[in-house]
Amino acid sequence: MTVARSKPILTAGKYAALLAYLTFALFPLYWLLKIAITPDQLIFSEGTTLWPSSLTLDNFRTVLFQTDFLYYFGNSLYVSLGTAAATTLIAAGAGYAFSRFDFGGKKIIIAIMLITQMFPLLMIIAPIYKMVASLGLLNSLTSLIVVYTAFNIPFATFLMQSFFDGIPKDLEEAAMMDGCSRFQALRKVIFPLTLPGLGATLGFVFTAAWSELLFALMLISKNEAMTFPVGLLTFVSKFSVDWGQMMAAGVLALIPSCLFFIFIQRYLVQGLTSGAVKG
Amino acid sequence: MTDRTSKSILPGGTRARRSLYWQYLVEPYLYLSPAIFLIGIVMMIPLIIGISYSFQSIELLKPFDTGWVGLENYQKLWSDRKFWLALENTFWWTFWSISFQFLLGLGLAMLLTTQFYGKKLFQALVFLPWAVPTFLSALTWAWLFNPVIGPLPHWMASLGILSEPYNIMGDPNLAMWGPIVANIWFGVPFFAITLLAALQSIPNDMYEAAEIDGASAWQVFTKITLPFLAPMIAITVMLRTIWIANFADLIYVMTGGGPANSTQIVSSYIFTTAFRKLDFGYASAIAVALLFILLTYAVFLLWLRKKLVKT
Repeated sequence: MTVARSKPILTAGKYAALLAYLTFALFPLYWLLKIAITPDQLIFSEGTTLWPSSLTLDNFRTVLFQTDFLYYFGNSLYVSLGTAAATTLIAAGAGYAFSRFDFGGKKIIIAIMLITQMFPLLMIIAPIYKMVASLGLLNSLTSLIVVYTAFNIPFATFLMQSFFDGIPKDLEEAAMMDGCSRFQALRKVIFPLTLPGLGATLGFVFTAAWSELLFALMLISKNEAMTFPVGLLTFVSKFSVDWGQMMAAGVLALIPSCLFFIFIQRYLVQGLTSGAVKG
Repeated sequence: MTDRTSKSILPGGTRARRSLYWQYLVEPYLYLSPAIFLIGIVMMIPLIIGISYSFQSIELLKPFDTGWVGLENYQKLWSDRKFWLALENTFWWTFWSISFQFLLGLGLAMLLTTQFYGKKLFQALVFLPWAVPTFLSALTWAWLFNPVIGPLPHWMASLGILSEPYNIMGDPNLAMWGPIVANIWFGVPFFAITLLAALQSIPNDMYEAAEIDGASAWQVFTKITLPFLAPMIAITVMLRTIWIANFADLIYVMTGGGPANSTQIVSSYIFTTAFRKLDFGYASAIAVALLFILLTYAVFLLWLRKKLVKT
């Protein structure tokens, strides 16, 4: 906007606003890191100062080597990656069908997918518990993957659909004219073009699975099978005074999802934009 | 697909019908079937079972006391003061969360449409709270509100908001603001991202025309930006309201519904009833009630939108 360029007060206001947003967004994360690197004996005297007088990495060392943290971390990684891969694959298929075909029952299926986005997921926590228990799959990470995959399919499908909509139909039609089957055209022509979309969906689902708590609490009770959120919560109640260790564990939990997010957030806006243009 | 039909030796009419049949019924479902299968098994069937649970007595702690009880769970619900309190809390929780998320998100999206130095980095950093796992946002904010290791109580005390630095989440009158602030922090990026996407789809020549006509910034905002965003805003706010009303993680981790149920919302009440008391029948009845309320809200909003668009 040219308005800002012509009026210095507006420009100053704009930068003040930018700074305020940035502080609000980052301060809690800064605090997490700060307490994690504050030595234990200083926490009570300097717990609320902006910068501690000395730093330590002891908390990280303790968390990594003397607790079950690595277990939880590994379990979460396995569940999140499994969910992300399965969801993206399935949602890509469904999104492609929505984008390219006009078929009987399309409206009903879209409506059902929208409904699944609206009802309280907690509503099915009891039935799912009973179903999983009767299959003998409580405390199994695979059951978590299956449940999370289903939860994430609707949104991931709509996301993939908007990416497919952004790719001209002529491309695969041309390939099909040249004698490819539709699936070959999809694999050879369309697939490389949807890589950003696939990446965004993968990242999105990964973060969602990484942070899911309530279903994991319900379905997992054994220490070996706990995902990170569940593990950290029991951690909190077990060592309710060791702030430094908890925050160190928190910082470590933050790393994978933030890495993913920084990588995908550009594509996310892109994908939503093409969806918005369409209608 | 073309090769398949050309190779067949069937007469023309049948061939076309077969191809139509293939394209209309079989092929799309090949791509869709895994999604439909999973959603059916993991979401739709449990949904139906869940509704049927609400008419039964299913308490895992009393395994011999199960069976159909008709509307008993709903009668219990009607006279359950905790439920009505939770309903009221749900309203305030949702209202304040969505209002602040939306206004701050809109502001951020507008800022991000302007040009400034370091914008890409700014955007990545300012969206970061959204990537923070929910349980961790909850813990982080719970810690920030803790006077031992968090600065917030001290700041609020020196600003005169609090008489002394204590944890507001232990105060039944203020406790709800803990999770609400965490929720605002976590949700602003979502609104900013969706609104930014919508803002970028407004044709640029609209703004150019307005500039030529000498429109003020406020006029541009109210006459071009808002009307263009309105449909998007309506649908996002609706979906988000429902989502937030259902969103129990933050509250469960930060306050567990306490003190004295002052932060218990309906969905956290469902979770505690199912998870702590293992009373699946009653939990399902609460869930059905919540579903019904949210559905009414959605229908009302869609009706309102239709009416507004017409006039």
